[in-house]
Amino acid sequence: MARITLDHLAHAYKADPRTPDDYALKEINHVWSQGGAYALLGPSGCGKTTLLNIISGLVRPTRGRVLFDDLDVTDLPTEARNIAQVFQFPVVYDTMSVRENLAFPLKNRRVPRDRTAQRVEEIARLLDLTRVLDRKASNLTADMKQKISLGRGLVRPDVAAILFDEPLTVIDPHLKWQLRSTLKEIHRALDITMIYVTHDQTEALTFADKVVVMHDGAVVQTGTPDELFERPAHTFVGHFIGSPGMNILPCRVEGATAVIGDQTIDLQRIYRVPSGGERIELGIRPEFVRLQQKGSGLPVQVRRIDDIGRARIARVEMSGRPLAASVPEGLSIEGSEAALALDPRHIHIYADGHLVSGEPIGGHRA
Amino acid sequence: MTKTVNNRAWLFVLPVFAIVAFSAVLPLMTVVNYSVQDTFGNNQFFWNGIGWFQELLDPSTELGGRFFDALWRTLLFSAIILMIEVPLGIAVALSMPREGWPVALCLVLMALPLLIPWNVVGTIWQVFARSDIGLLGWIVNHLGIDYNYTNDSLDAWVTLVVMDVWHWTSLVALLCYAGLKSIPDAYYQAARIDGASRWAIFRTIQLPKMRRVLLIAVLLRFMDSFMIYTEPFVITGGGPGNATTFLSIDLVKLALGQFDLGKAAAMSLVYNLIILAICWLFYTVMTNVDAERERVEA
Repeated sequence: MARITLDHLAHAYKADPRTPDDYALKEINHVWSQGGAYALLGPSGCGKTTLLNIISGLVRPTRGRVLFDDLDVTDLPTEARNIAQVFQFPVVYDTMSVRENLAFPLKNRRVPRDRTAQRVEEIARLLDLTRVLDRKASNLTADMKQKISLGRGLVRPDVAAILFDEPLTVIDPHLKWQLRSTLKEIHRALDITMIYVTHDQTEALTFADKVVVMHDGAVVQTGTPDELFERPAHTFVGHFIGSPGMNILPCRVEGATAVIGDQTIDLQRIYRVPSGGERIELGIRPEFVRLQQKGSGLPVQVRRIDDIGRARIARVEMSGRPLAASVPEGLSIEGSEAALALDPRHIHIYADGHLVSGEPIGGHRA
Repeated sequence: MTKTVNNRAWLFVLPVFAIVAFSAVLPLMTVVNYSVQDTFGNNQFFWNGIGWFQELLDPSTELGGRFFDALWRTLLFSAIILMIEVPLGIAVALSMPREGWPVALCLVLMALPLLIPWNVVGTIWQVFARSDIGLLGWIVNHLGIDYNYTNDSLDAWVTLVVMDVWHWTSLVALLCYAGLKSIPDAYYQAARIDGASRWAIFRTIQLPKMRRVLLIAVLLRFMDSFMIYTEPFVITGGGPGNATTFLSIDLVKLALGQFDLGKAAAMSLVYNLIILAICWLFYTVMTNVDAERERVEA
């Protein structure tokens, strides 16, 4: 059980990194608190797995330290850290039974046989593996094998954290849900820190209390699923999370007014945007953009309307820029002329991709 | 499911039958023909039934005695080289580099002995191991060890075994290396996290994953060594005495040296049957492994 601290951590696979581009993982300072359920979310190649392998000790970071509580483990090998990892493809020892598989980490650590047996039974019960304990591990399905991999981590009573590297990739869709709830249950039951790497936002948002979004080797936002949805700290987060992602529109901002093309939009806060030639953008989630009849609001051209099950999403074009908007129930648009109403409370302003926090209008007046 | 019956399809198979008949069945039939006849010369043959086979398989007769002696010698030779080449091949494969240019260098160096024609291998070692002018033989003798493969049966055996190990360990090593390369990194990482020792990794990951290629390696090496002819023929000629007269060498002595065609034919057939039987055994074992694997993946 431990708090995991990443202190000025950076990693480059190249021997002699100079520019920031040489780093697969740019400098990260982060604390994973004991007992948290974290998701590390990002597209392929953003450095998630590198970060995970640094925590587990399979990769030694180029710079910075990894601390378990107050102990510096940067130079400790994997086997000396109290960490377990579940990989993308299930790893089981083919020649052993499920029971022997689960007992393997304890056997290697010379735990007395009766304690091992007892612990294996406990973990098997937790993971619902009791039925198959005496079967060959190689004869089982992928989700069972993945449970065994997880079990080999859980069986060690001293394990500080369990790291998951896209563990559901090879699992059948209908079993993914089951396995994910098993993970949640175990997290609640055992008070273990779990770090779950994935590129699937649904997986991340349903599994984790806190989601760490990575992009291009750097952490762009850490927050609860709600925070990521309501206040994306970076246009990447806005775009990557949500389906469809956030609408991002280049604009000009003057005080509490945003100007897009020849349209002006009133904002609820005053933004002091930098004026050094930065890219200024307005972001709003499609959930907060409502399609309505032309006449009032921002005039747009409707391209098509997608039915995504619970809601309808309109794909529209405003001054040549594509946008997504939600279609209220019962609304039908004649022709392609329509308008948009933006909920000003959910408009965010970004400078070079980063969220600009505005000042309340009232505060400015005072 | 109903099978489509189309008898014209047999026409397409006929050429194969014809080729196999001419290349395998007809020559084999002449051997069968000789094996059941005897002659007093002058191309006059008469029926001998299974007489030659009875004599061959009865160790108390002259023919049976030499047959079983040669058979045990051959089996012993195969057993020895398997016991050396398989563990050595695994060890070499384990210590080969995994990435970068040393891989290519290693692979080329290892493949070199495999590319040398067998009688050239024999000639190389025949000269190399000679105690008077051969580099190896000369050095060994000057180290104070009395070594002469033309006089001493043990020396002859050692020479042949060392030669075979030199020639063929690469094959086992290359096959094992291929098996090792197919193991995903995650297995090693998981093993490290599970705190497995080097030996435990070998026992629980590497060896099980190499099982199939090892079976192929053992099969190939067994068959090849059981049929070895060229190298001992060139190096020792089956001597000293009969010390290195393996089945194949004995067969040639019988057929072409003494021209005992009936005996030689019977011996050929039995030799052939032994090899077929062992092949079948290996095949069964290997397909069982595959079947088990398929059951696993299903």
